[in-house]
Amino acid sequence: MRVKLPAAILLLWAAAAVLAGALGLDPDRIRLELILAPPWEAGWLGYDDLGRPLLDRVIAGARTSFWVALWVVSLSAVAGTLIGSISGYLGGKVDRVVVHVIDIFLAFPGILLAIALAGILGPGIGNVVIALSLVGWVGFARLARAQVLSLKQREHVAAAIALGSRRRRIILRHLIPLLSAPLIVEATFGVASIVIAEAGLSFLGLGVQPPAASWGSMIRDGTRYLLVAPHMVLVPGLAMLLVVLAVNLLGDRLRDRMDVRLR
Amino acid sequence: MLAELTRRLLSTAIVVLGVVVLVFLLIHLIPRDPVDVMLGESASAADREALRQNLGLDRPLGVQLGEYLGGLARGELGHSLHHRRPIVELLAERIPATLELALAALAFTLVLALPLGLLAAVRRNTGWDRGAMAFSLLGVSIPNFWLGPLLILLFSVWLGWLPVSGRESPGALILPALTLGMSLAAVLSRMVRSSVLEVLGEDFIRSAYARGLSTRQVLTRHALPNALLPVITVLGLQLGTLLAGAVITEVVFGWPGLGSLTIEAIQSRDYPLVQVCVLLISLSYVLVNMLTDLLYAWIDPRIRLGESDAG
Repeated sequence: MRVKLPAAILLLWAAAAVLAGALGLDPDRIRLELILAPPWEAGWLGYDDLGRPLLDRVIAGARTSFWVALWVVSLSAVAGTLIGSISGYLGGKVDRVVVHVIDIFLAFPGILLAIALAGILGPGIGNVVIALSLVGWVGFARLARAQVLSLKQREHVAAAIALGSRRRRIILRHLIPLLSAPLIVEATFGVASIVIAEAGLSFLGLGVQPPAASWGSMIRDGTRYLLVAPHMVLVPGLAMLLVVLAVNLLGDRLRDRMDVRLR
Repeated sequence: MLAELTRRLLSTAIVVLGVVVLVFLLIHLIPRDPVDVMLGESASAADREALRQNLGLDRPLGVQLGEYLGGLARGELGHSLHHRRPIVELLAERIPATLELALAALAFTLVLALPLGLLAAVRRNTGWDRGAMAFSLLGVSIPNFWLGPLLILLFSVWLGWLPVSGRESPGALILPALTLGMSLAAVLSRMVRSSVLEVLGEDFIRSAYARGLSTRQVLTRHALPNALLPVITVLGLQLGTLLAGAVITEVVFGWPGLGSLTIEAIQSRDYPLVQVCVLLISLSYVLVNMLTDLLYAWIDPRIRLGESDAG
C-alpha cells in the first residue's frame, strides 16, 4: 500500500507524459459556451477562463513537468556526480576550487538563482531546464565528492591503482557504482523539487509560454477567477500535489530500504 | 578558537566575493545584446549608446567587474531603468515589508512546529504522532504558490475573514505569513520530533525521572533545551530559504516587498535592479548561515567551529 499507491500515481504521470500525443488531446481548443464551466457541469474537470478543457490541460501539464523533471535530474545528476567524484578523487588544487564553486552556488537560495537565471535567459521551457540544471548539479556534486573522499581509501581502489588502472577507469568503474544508492535517493527527492520549481517558474510567467500548459501557469491563470471558478486553481494544484507526495513517499521508502543518510 | 573564527570569516568572504561575481556575470548571460533587451528594438541609437556607456558595457569585462565591485564597496547601487529612481530608494521602501513578513512567518513557524514536534515525540506511534507527521509531509509537498491561493479561497473568498491581498490592514499579514511559514513549520516539526526522541533516550533523562521530577519538568527543563540545539541549525539554514520563498509568496499576495520588486524587475527587464535584489537576498542568506554556525558553536561548547563543516 505504501509503495503501490505512490508508484501507481507516478506510473500514471509518466504514462500521461509519454502518451499525451496519442490520446488525441485538445488542450488549446476553445469552446466559448463552456467558459469557466465547473467540473460538475461539463467535461471531466471543467473548463478554464478561455473555455479550454481542464482535463486535457492537466495532462498536457503532466507532460511538461515530467519531461522537465527527467531532463533536469538527468543533466544535473550526471554533471554533478562527475564533477564531485573527480574533484574528490583528485584532491589538491582542483578540489579546493571545486569546493569554493560549490559553496558559492550553495550560497544562493536555490529557487532564487533559478528565478534569476530563467528571467535573464528569457522565458521558455528550454531555458527552464537550463536554469534548473545550473542550480541542481551542486547537490549531486557535494554528495558525490563527500562519498568519494571516504570511498577512495578502500582497499579495492588501492588494488586497482596497484594493478595500474587509469584514473578514469577507477572513477567510472570502481567509485561511481558505489555511489549509486545515495545518488538515487537524492535524485528521487530531486524530482519532487524540480516539479515544484518548474511549476513555480511557470507560475511567475518565466516557464512555458501560452498557450502551452504547465500546472504552474494554470494555477496562475486560476488565481484571477478564485471567486467564480475555484476549480481552475484546485485541479492543477491537486495533480501537482499527488505527484509530489508520491515522489516524497517513495523517496522516504527508498531511503529506509537503502539505508542512506542524506546530509 | 580565534584561528577557526578567522578561517570561517575568510571562507565566508570568498563565498561573498563569488556571489557578487556570479551576480555581476548574470547580465552577460543574456542571450542577446543586453541593451536591446532592456530598451527594446525601437530605441534610438543615441539612447542605446547612452545606456551602454552608463552600464559600462562598452568596456572590457575585467574593467567592468572592477567598477562593479568598486561601486558596491562605495555603496553605489545605481539607478533602476524602469522606475527611473535610485535603487537605494526602492530598497528602503520595500525591505521593511519583507522583514515584517519574514518575522511573522518565523513566529508562526515556531508557534506551530515546537508544540507539534514535541507532541509527536512524547506521544510516539499514536494518532497524534501520525497526524503530526502527515501534516509535515503535506506541508513540504504543498508549494506556496498553491497554498496561498487555497488560503485566499478559504479565508477571504468563502469565509470573508481576511483581505485577499495588499498590506493596508493589519489582518493582511496573516495569510502571507501562514503561506510562507508552512513548509518551514513542516520541516521543523519533523526535526523537533526526532531531536526530542533522541534526547529522551539519554541517561540524564532517566536520572531526572529517578530524582522524582514530573514529566512536565523533565520535558521543559531537561529534554527540550537539549533537543533545541540541532533545531537551531536547521532553523538558521532555513531562514534564508524563507527569504527566497518570500519572492513567490509576495507575488501571490501582492505584498509590496523585496520579492515582488525582484519579479517586477525581471518582468520589466530592469537588470540592474534584478542584480541588486538577487545580491541582497543571497547575501542575507550567507550572513544568516554564518551567524547560525557561530551561534551554534557559542551555545554548545562541545562543537568546535572547524568540525561543523567536515565533508
